[in-house]
Amino acid sequence: MTAQTGIGARVKRKEDQRFLTGTGRYVDDLALARTTHAHFVRSPHAHAKIKAIDTSEAGKMPGVVAIFTGKDIADAKVGGLICGWVVKDKEGNPHKAPPHPVMALDTVRYVGDTVAMVVANSADEAKDAAETIKVDYEVLPANVDLAKALDKGSPQVHAEAPGNLIYDWEIGVKADVDAAFAKAAHVTKLDLVNNRLIPNAMEPRAAAAEYDKGTGNYTLWSTSQNPHVLRLILSAFVLGIPEHKLRVIAPDVGGGFGSKVFCYNEETMVCWASSRVGRPIKWTAERSESFQTDAHGRDHVTHAELALDKDGKFLALRVETIANMGAYLSTFSTAVPTYLYATLLAGQYTTPLIYANVKAALTNTAPVDAYRGAGRPEATFVVETIVSKAAKELKIDPAELRRKNFIPSDAFPYQTPVALQYDSGNYPPIIDEAIKIAEYKGFEARRAEAKSRGKLRGIGFSSYIEACGLAPSQVIGQLGGGVGQWESAQIKFNPTGNVQVLTGSHSHGQSHETTFAQIVSDKLGVPIEQIEVVHGDTATTPFGMGTYGSRSLAVGGSAITKAADKIIAKGKKIAAHLMEASAADIVFENGVFKVAGTDKNVPLGQAVFAAYVPHNYPLAELEPGMDENAFYDPANFVYPAGTQICEVEIDPDTGQVEIVNFTAVDDFGNIINPMIVEGQVHGGIVQGVGQALLENAVYDKETGQLVSGSYMDYTMPRADDVPSFKLDYKVTPCPHNPLGVKGCGEAGAIAAPAAVMNAVHDALAPVGVSHVPMPATPLNVWQAIQGASK
Amino acid sequence: MTIPVAMTVNGKSVSGKVEARTLLVQFLREHLGMTGTHVGCDTSQCGACVVDVDGKSVKSCTMLAVQAEGTKVITIEGLAESAEKLHPMQEAFRENHALQCGFCTPGMVMSAIDMVKRHNYQLDEATVRRELEGNLCRCTGYHNIVKAILAAAPAMKSAGV
Repeated sequence: MTAQTGIGARVKRKEDQRFLTGTGRYVDDLALARTTHAHFVRSPHAHAKIKAIDTSEAGKMPGVVAIFTGKDIADAKVGGLICGWVVKDKEGNPHKAPPHPVMALDTVRYVGDTVAMVVANSADEAKDAAETIKVDYEVLPANVDLAKALDKGSPQVHAEAPGNLIYDWEIGVKADVDAAFAKAAHVTKLDLVNNRLIPNAMEPRAAAAEYDKGTGNYTLWSTSQNPHVLRLILSAFVLGIPEHKLRVIAPDVGGGFGSKVFCYNEETMVCWASSRVGRPIKWTAERSESFQTDAHGRDHVTHAELALDKDGKFLALRVETIANMGAYLSTFSTAVPTYLYATLLAGQYTTPLIYANVKAALTNTAPVDAYRGAGRPEATFVVETIVSKAAKELKIDPAELRRKNFIPSDAFPYQTPVALQYDSGNYPPIIDEAIKIAEYKGFEARRAEAKSRGKLRGIGFSSYIEACGLAPSQVIGQLGGGVGQWESAQIKFNPTGNVQVLTGSHSHGQSHETTFAQIVSDKLGVPIEQIEVVHGDTATTPFGMGTYGSRSLAVGGSAITKAADKIIAKGKKIAAHLMEASAADIVFENGVFKVAGTDKNVPLGQAVFAAYVPHNYPLAELEPGMDENAFYDPANFVYPAGTQICEVEIDPDTGQVEIVNFTAVDDFGNIINPMIVEGQVHGGIVQGVGQALLENAVYDKETGQLVSGSYMDYTMPRADDVPSFKLDYKVTPCPHNPLGVKGCGEAGAIAAPAAVMNAVHDALAPVGVSHVPMPATPLNVWQAIQGASK
Repeated sequence: MTIPVAMTVNGKSVSGKVEARTLLVQFLREHLGMTGTHVGCDTSQCGACVVDVDGKSVKSCTMLAVQAEGTKVITIEGLAESAEKLHPMQEAFRENHALQCGFCTPGMVMSAIDMVKRHNYQLDEATVRRELEGNLCRCTGYHNIVKAILAAAPAMKSAGV
């Protein structure tokens, strides 16, 4: 029974039926009786003083129910949005925390900043009225260019952060690293820009709220990756609605990739205003609003140096990064370029000394926060780009240089110089397998053949490590994180034997309803069709931390496993009573309790029934019911690792890059559903390819206008931009969680940019190009070729 | 001012009163409550809103409801014969794990069916990838969508749909 549906099986997804028949239920699909609709007036300027807002005409427009401005919010004493992670600077001072009002009061700080909310009977009427609102702005100089954001004289974004500096943070001992560089046989230097990205989940953000006057209860439906945390933030910091009076529901959510982790002003406003309007309010972002106001990702300017000895062993790595925070600090923004970035700079290597300095800068652009991979793609891009560059400079095969510096398989657990202790890994077999699949040996022949057709062919490696499965709470606490990072689970049998599995994590494409059901089916021997996974509703699920940082299986799945163990333990006592045996003699196999060494048995379903109809039951020692919950706080992060190999062909006349081969070999520990894992890797790779070749969030450096503000300007990867992928796995189980699993959600996006860019640089080396800025668009590639031939 | 409009959606006659500016997708979602068809952008690029109008694949965010007067519209809700018997394209998407968050899926499936028919049930990978120009997916990396469409083409032919 469970062989086809248990751990390791390619079970078809339980969630597919509703998505394939148009019966999913996303926030915008809600039809609330008497609902109103909200539309937000947004700043057209990157930086301006609000001198006056005239809503008089809008108030008379058809269908308008209410209009709110920043003054209404300030008068109501609504709290500002928070940044939940305190990063301490070099001197031990907490980061600068300028206020983040829910609605701008007297200053707007980026194009898209929220100025007013119009509530009307229909979305069109709200929009019509919003267009008549007159805002008198005094335009101020904007601080847009990250490279100059910290320069003296750059326009000041917030008075609370002088010089636009949020923190000047470091990790590692600079003097030791500098000393190693002084003795190095070779130093490779690299300047790079990690391009800014816009997450672009296909479902735009949306929120709907309803206030029940009778009970004083609020219900907020939100496109959230972590409804419990959203409720906690709104209750404790922003709106002051007690947690037990606010129910947050994240129903079907159409992708997140990090952008739906954060607490945003629109959902806050919709919730707050619902009690004032006395009718439900619904808001769904138009795509243009998503471009302007979803938290963006990446956006680093970095200088890195790698010191090597004469044999190509890495001696030290030195990294200087300026990270863009945007105009306000989003929920987890401060942690991304520090603890999720610099701690990963060891990569898969034994580099003994690492120093990183990160300066976080404010600019007049949308807030920047975690986006698929969050810090780890940026780290991998630095490490894997500089390693390939060093290989080229030293004329060492890039695979060989990597192998020479890999952490040896017998060195785990391995303490890196940047805080993390890798729990497990075995890197050489991964790169060997990738090389085999990618037919690396035949590459030079393929390069020569391509040359005969006038094409430049290149190959690139990226051997990534990531720390995910966020996270051990005590470690997070020591590093300044404001919350615990455990996960919860509840396994609730019904008297008739079917099961509800409630989780505090949230699925917005990750397939929890299937994967988690497989775990329970496997552990308890219950047919998978009798298992329902419930998530996304603070009223029905136990408090949990949600889904991000590839944590749902490693942390949430582990909590489910613990709850299943409790079910088995209780079932054993019931079965022992029913069979008049000692609980110590009971074994549980394939859903049946047996007295060891006899043919006496009690199926789990019978024990469950006895627990709910306890006529013959040990009531003196045992409570009735079969309903167990568990909380799991991991002992460490999990450390997936892998190698990607990308092969490209470039047309030197047009600069067009075509990916002709792409191989990924990963170690995700044990795999619950290979079909689902492959899907996660495919999607991640294409987001990484998007960053490498296509996507770029561009602000006009003078005016701060978002010039890549639609799908006509921001190049999303399309089906014909990518090939089919070749995937394989190596397995070193995680030693510290009960499933032996690592995370797979972010890996593709973490590794791919470096694999692609290394391939591009390899292809262009013969024509004298040493650097192409990312994304390697036809224009950037063509210009690099032209520049080199001059 | 409202305008009366009537059409057939998934074999049923429907009618309503709409504003002149009401889009077909708004009519489907807000007037008829058929929320399977999605809106993912405001520039007719993402393809989440694709439906079939009189045998032609149409982005319903780019057609006014009044333009659909008298037409026969098929949406994602109208494809499956029953809960047990899905359209071969829906089945192929399930078999090949061609969907994750599900948001682009309705438009993908509708476009894919149209693609298979226009190419007389004969497709290769390059053609499928090129034909998906008008449909964005952020989750799957397209790998399994391409696989599903290639698998569905012969299945649709043998099922005669």
